[in-house]
Amino acid sequence: MATVIIPTPLRKFTNNTSKLVVQANTVSDIVQKITADFPELKKHLLDANGKVPSFINIFVDDDDIRNLQQEQTAVKENTIVSIVPAIAGGSPFYPHYSV
Amino acid sequence: MNHENVQFSKAELARYNRHIIIKEFGLDAQKKLKAAKVLVIGSGGLGSPVLLYLAAAGVGTIGIVDCDVVDDSNLQRQVLFGVQEVGQPKVEAAKRRLQSLNPFIDIHVHNLQFTSKNALDLIKEYDVVADGTDNFPTRYLVNDACVLSGKPNVYASIFQFEGQVSVFNYRNSQGELGPNYRDLYAAPPPPGLVPSCAEGGVLGVLPGVIGSLQALEVIKVITGVGDVLSGRFFIFDALTFETKTFNLKRNPANPLNGSNPTIRELIDYEEFCNLKTVERPVKEISVRELYDWQVRGEDFQFIDVREPHEYDIVNLGAQLIPLGTVSEHADKIDQKKKVVIHCKTGSRSAKAIRELEDKFGFKNLYNLKAGIFGYIDEIQPELKKY
Repeated sequence: MATVIIPTPLRKFTNNTSKLVVQANTVSDIVQKITADFPELKKHLLDANGKVPSFINIFVDDDDIRNLQQEQTAVKENTIVSIVPAIAGGSPFYPHYSV
Repeated sequence: MNHENVQFSKAELARYNRHIIIKEFGLDAQKKLKAAKVLVIGSGGLGSPVLLYLAAAGVGTIGIVDCDVVDDSNLQRQVLFGVQEVGQPKVEAAKRRLQSLNPFIDIHVHNLQFTSKNALDLIKEYDVVADGTDNFPTRYLVNDACVLSGKPNVYASIFQFEGQVSVFNYRNSQGELGPNYRDLYAAPPPPGLVPSCAEGGVLGVLPGVIGSLQALEVIKVITGVGDVLSGRFFIFDALTFETKTFNLKRNPANPLNGSNPTIRELIDYEEFCNLKTVERPVKEISVRELYDWQVRGEDFQFIDVREPHEYDIVNLGAQLIPLGTVSEHADKIDQKKKVVIHCKTGSRSAKAIRELEDKFGFKNLYNLKAGIFGYIDEIQPELKKY
């Protein structure tokens, strides 16, 4: 069973759970399973073409899946899969808003 | 950054003693700090600890870019500032605080917005950039400007309980260039998908933790002490107290410095982040037209959506309804006659108008283009800007 780390911005879609334990063979399986269990995650983890968008990084253990076999990267028992979205931080999203 | 001839006074040697006595650091690293020029972009939540620690550590020249003024809501995390600085330009308040912390360093202030037009000129004077900005367009702008200028970009970012740190575009002692932000995230999320900290909030101490790590990496980049966080990406979850450091690689498809670069100069980053298509235009009135209306006694309601402390500094006699409260005070806004809404420069008032139009169907609202600052520039230059 792989463990998936859900980042804080997406936890509101997983009943505030930070770790999901998933039976899966690949990253693609994992994405499919967690978006089936938590449908609101889907628009954040998959783009219109069903791909993980470029503002979401998925790491299998210490490595970006883009440097492995993308969504087909294998996961094993005890693999930690981290989902890490881009965050810009600070104040408003729109740069001139606070001025 | 030639540090060989750097000299210290006795007072400086006493101040930096705890650095100098560390064997792996020593006088040589302290000289490198004094010779270094660091540009800190953003003097907010992240910029506060970065600036305080770089100044305390003795970085010889520190530049600060920020166009904001200190606001009450900043004080929960922006530890550079106190109550007495509310309403003052952040760069000026920061300079005073840092100069009182360390009178032996030079502080250069840039009270302006960091844009595609000025980015390369600003960066070229410095050796290292620390990105403490708060939005995606500026993140990509800082990244691209650093890559195009060949400067290391010490990156940190925060949201709610989560922090990220990395060092981008760093050339190590073997001459190998590390990845940059576009290798990590090739494109930003669409507007609205990730809430901003203004909507989503941020735990005040988090930028203190993450900004301190950012300052640490700046010092390592300058001195060459330790292993710089290049080609690696650190994340911290304050809620679970879990940290991870991932490996990062350069992506051959990177449009800046991959195998087939397509970006050779700075671009329009709001367009890149799809921000230009988001905002629906609102009806506008120029300051000149407003002045004509005032002179000829046109019947209109005049509303100011800035904050009370801004109103206290300068106002045009409009009715004060801060942006955050416009919906609850919608009943005070006339539905029939013309209503002119203004803020400092016109952005917040446009947002207020969209909110009132969407929620209550107003059709009689006009945004004062360029806001009270535009009015001061063109009509009443004797009034105080802030």
